[in-house]
Amino acid sequence: MIPMSVVKETALTLMDKAAIEIPDDYLAGLKKAAEAEDGDLSSFVLHAMLENYEAAKEDRRAMCADTGVPRWYVKMGNEATLEGGPVALEEALRGATAEATDGVPLRPNRVHPLWRTDHNNNVGLNAPEIEYSFEPGGDWIDLTTVHKGGLFGTDYRMLFPGDGIEGIKRFYLDCLMAFGKRGLACQPAIIGVGLGGSKDICSVLGKQAACLRTVGDRNPDPRTAELELELMELGNSIGMGAMGFVGKSMVIDCHIECGYTHTGGMPMSVHAFCLSSRRAVARVHGDGRVEYRTDPNWFTPYMRRETVGWEPEAESLRQSV
Amino acid sequence: MGTGSGKLKTVSLNLPVTTEDLKDIEIGTVVYLNGVVYTAREGVYKKVIQDGEQLPAHLHEISNANFHCSPAATRHADGTYTIGAMTGTASFRFSKWLEDWFRISKAKIIMGKGGMSSKDYKKYFVPNGAICLTTVGYGTGALLGRGIKGIRDVHWYDELGVAQAMWMVEVENFGPFIADSDLEGNSLFERENAKIREGVDKLYEGTKEPALHRYGETGDRGDEVI
Repeated sequence: MIPMSVVKETALTLMDKAAIEIPDDYLAGLKKAAEAEDGDLSSFVLHAMLENYEAAKEDRRAMCADTGVPRWYVKMGNEATLEGGPVALEEALRGATAEATDGVPLRPNRVHPLWRTDHNNNVGLNAPEIEYSFEPGGDWIDLTTVHKGGLFGTDYRMLFPGDGIEGIKRFYLDCLMAFGKRGLACQPAIIGVGLGGSKDICSVLGKQAACLRTVGDRNPDPRTAELELELMELGNSIGMGAMGFVGKSMVIDCHIECGYTHTGGMPMSVHAFCLSSRRAVARVHGDGRVEYRTDPNWFTPYMRRETVGWEPEAESLRQSV
Repeated sequence: MGTGSGKLKTVSLNLPVTTEDLKDIEIGTVVYLNGVVYTAREGVYKKVIQDGEQLPAHLHEISNANFHCSPAATRHADGTYTIGAMTGTASFRFSKWLEDWFRISKAKIIMGKGGMSSKDYKKYFVPNGAICLTTVGYGTGALLGRGIKGIRDVHWYDELGVAQAMWMVEVENFGPFIADSDLEGNSLFERENAKIREGVDKLYEGTKEPALHRYGETGDRGDEVI
């Protein structure tokens, strides 16, 4: 049984790590972009950011003072049991969010949308969000916290099959152009694209594609992977860099996730995970051991299954084709 | 001081500043600040401009640099504060308050994320001999955090909360910022947008207009969007 005290303590550490330590995969991607960037202003910005990540780690202070809206992703192994059950788990995650807001410190960004009530702890109605997924086997629980900004860089549109790939490219460019100017999207960013599902799932998939896949990771479907690379290149050919200055570093990577959708539609969402791509992950094992990492490994073959039941052999065949 | 500013002109200013101090700042100049800066955004603007509450006495003699920002801060049990990091928030949203704000606060520098429009600069900044700086990145929060030497005062903390309170912060080598405007009201972002605009038609070549349009793409609500 997974001890809840360990879950709470781990969640607190994750809040701290997410706010302060830039994940290695994003850092490597940004360094590559900084080397390639030849716009004076854009280049200055990227080097200032690299310096900022170092300062954050050295001083143990938040890399960006807009510490976003902290949220949680929980993946549970099928054999995992939690001391106190899911209710205790949610209390631990809400508690860690509140304590870390004071402890790191984070900015208490979460307020009521109408009355602007602020509990000063990033906890309130439907906040922090907690999303769940499951995995066959395993007595562990994976906790991922993401502190994504919440104002700019995201949009949704109902496209139709007739709009085709050229329609997808246009809406993608529209989002980058609209939010890239003056750098509102805080680019260069990891761009997540959700395709399909219903409106809600389309948005969820796009956000998870941006926040829960690492730089360099490709969709296992080869044609989707190809489109990811094509969209990344397209974004970097706008002529726009960091802060919307002339340059070529707009997209550090592009990830696409698909969900089966209504036969008449092709809904699309676009999300930008910013220069402070804050995510931190830990696995808590049944015996209380904790392992920290930065790759959420959220989109497993099981998550992307197409069959009624779980048929790993059939899936591995399909995904290797 | 920030490395990597190699090719860009860099200036250090002592607060409060005079308009004379700002005359050598060009758009695209890298700026560092010393002295006291204060945060003020919609919460403070509403209080002072709409509700007519008084600003702290002699504010402009202490500081005339208004940061559109909320700190990542904690108030301790003994009443002291810690600020970990500071990062600007998008300035364009505050345009409607600026005319009154300049009159009441006598601010000469506005800092935030992403600057404002040259229309706002010419209308509100130029007559007041003021300029607008943008934060860099965005989110050089840790670098700005390092420039903080102390908290001089916090106003309206209980009513407005951490994010909206007016923080008066003592700073040294606080930056980097980039000048988006100069005393003539030019905008760096608009200059860059114009350069990028040149390539846009080619960029969109071959992409396809969506079958279903949206309001916003037409301003006439009498139109159909199909």
